[in-house]
Amino acid sequence: MAQEQKQPRKSSETEDVVEEVTATDLAERKGAIDEDVDAILDEIDDVLETNAEDFVKSFIQKGGE
Amino acid sequence: MSVLRVMGTEVEYGISVQGQPGANPMVASSQIVNAYANATAKARRARWDYEEESPLRDARGFDMSRQIADPSQFTDEDLGMANVILTNGARLYVDHAHPEYASPEVTSPLDVVRWEKAGEQVMLDATRMAAQVPGSAPIRLYKNNTDNKGASYGAHENYLMRRTTPFAEIVRHLTPFFVSRQVVCGAGRVGIGQDGRDDGFQISQRADYFEVEVGLETTLKRPIINTRDEPHADPVLHRRLHVIIGDANLAETSIYLKAGTTSLVLAMIEDRFIEHDLSVDRPVRSLREVSHDPTLRHLITMQDGRTLTAVQLQWEYLELARKYVATRLGADADPQTLDVLQRWESVLTRLERDPMECSEELDWVAKLKLLTQYRDRDALDWDDAKLHLIDLQYADLRPDKGLYYKLAASGRIKRLLDDAAIEVAMHEPPPDTRAYFRGRCLDKYADAVAAASWDSVIFDLPGHDSLQRVPTIDPLRGTKTHVGNIIDRCETAQELVDAITR
Repeated sequence: MAQEQKQPRKSSETEDVVEEVTATDLAERKGAIDEDVDAILDEIDDVLETNAEDFVKSFIQKGGE
Repeated sequence: MSVLRVMGTEVEYGISVQGQPGANPMVASSQIVNAYANATAKARRARWDYEEESPLRDARGFDMSRQIADPSQFTDEDLGMANVILTNGARLYVDHAHPEYASPEVTSPLDVVRWEKAGEQVMLDATRMAAQVPGSAPIRLYKNNTDNKGASYGAHENYLMRRTTPFAEIVRHLTPFFVSRQVVCGAGRVGIGQDGRDDGFQISQRADYFEVEVGLETTLKRPIINTRDEPHADPVLHRRLHVIIGDANLAETSIYLKAGTTSLVLAMIEDRFIEHDLSVDRPVRSLREVSHDPTLRHLITMQDGRTLTAVQLQWEYLELARKYVATRLGADADPQTLDVLQRWESVLTRLERDPMECSEELDWVAKLKLLTQYRDRDALDWDDAKLHLIDLQYADLRPDKGLYYKLAASGRIKRLLDDAAIEVAMHEPPPDTRAYFRGRCLDKYADAVAAASWDSVIFDLPGHDSLQRVPTIDPLRGTKTHVGNIIDRCETAQELVDAITR
């Protein structure tokens, strides 16, 4: 913080605009990521085997190699 | 040398019969192999020729006595198990209790990817063909390495090496590389310990199953460096390094970098390029500790006293490799060697910054990202069956069920090859090794091929009392350049045998 104050100040107008864009940008990106996560999880929910516990328990293999 | 060399992979698939957890896995595996063989065989099925197999030969120079060998190590006796050779030069067979696809010999990392991915499609087709048999229950296959209940099965790599390289040098320089390369080519696993008794995520499917540093076994007391010495080539000139420590990968970049970086490290060992010692203190323990820390912060203690993360240890090898390629190959370096170096560096840079940046390329990161998203959304603990299911289903071969395939189809995992290239490789052999001769013979003269193996094709010709064995001891002969025209020209196997033995 102390270091930042030593930087020459830009005009407040420019700074506000930059901040505004960044904030909107971030929010949009965050929103897009959330939507993407929701989309993939929904998609995967649809294909996951029902009754995970039984399914995992019954997956029994013999050793190989 | 470079990333280019004679290589191949063998993958054992996990198998289950829908609704029948007690089904005999040997029988189910045979159904898979036989279904594919019956549906694709043009004529009689060629047998596998075991003459050159010697699974008890040890690279350190002695043969293990059959009396002290575990029966599971006998792979050279035909137990009546299904076993066929495909027109792409691959071998499809039953190994113990799993169907296995051994790729044809190839010469580049990208071709390792191509013919290994072709194997996934062969297996998928095989399940569909097996399902056509009336009354059969659907068989599912998984490209993974453990049931999380104590059993593990392998995904092996094979690299042809110069015989003159002392085996001790291979052990010395390859062990630290194998301890650390899982950060690039681990497949990810939910569960800690051989039987998954502890909860959590780890980088590697296989790390917990390795118990010794060097040895001949593959099914018990698994070693980081396997000493099986069956070159399937001239034993005076070559050894085949049989690598058993890798995970079965689905992500193409993971397979590509696994083969490419390993081949490059072997080239440096063959050329005595690695001067300083990168030996790791207690490698078996380090292997597991690296696997158990997906934050990648675990510090490996080196024998020289330094402590490095696995990524930093990989950097040491990468920097050596860069120097090696620059000084030994310079402007003559082939594009794939340069591409492997570039991707290796890119992946290590991002793993160091934030592993999640590799979620579109590496299996373990892609899997962990998905698991993390589920944990965040549904507040799941690591012992939750749903997370175990996601781990398992990531490796399901069905495109509509397998989570790797879902992620790849939606562009969330990057591909190196398109489906068409892989489809061709299901049927056609690589052009630049002896697999070309084997595959073309199986395709064109199926009626006359009695048996085949890595190092021979055996013909049963009309009018001959004895079988005619054509040895293919040199992996780099029998290529399209050598025999393409002859095979095109010869309408019968007799003409072919006459032409090549004249």
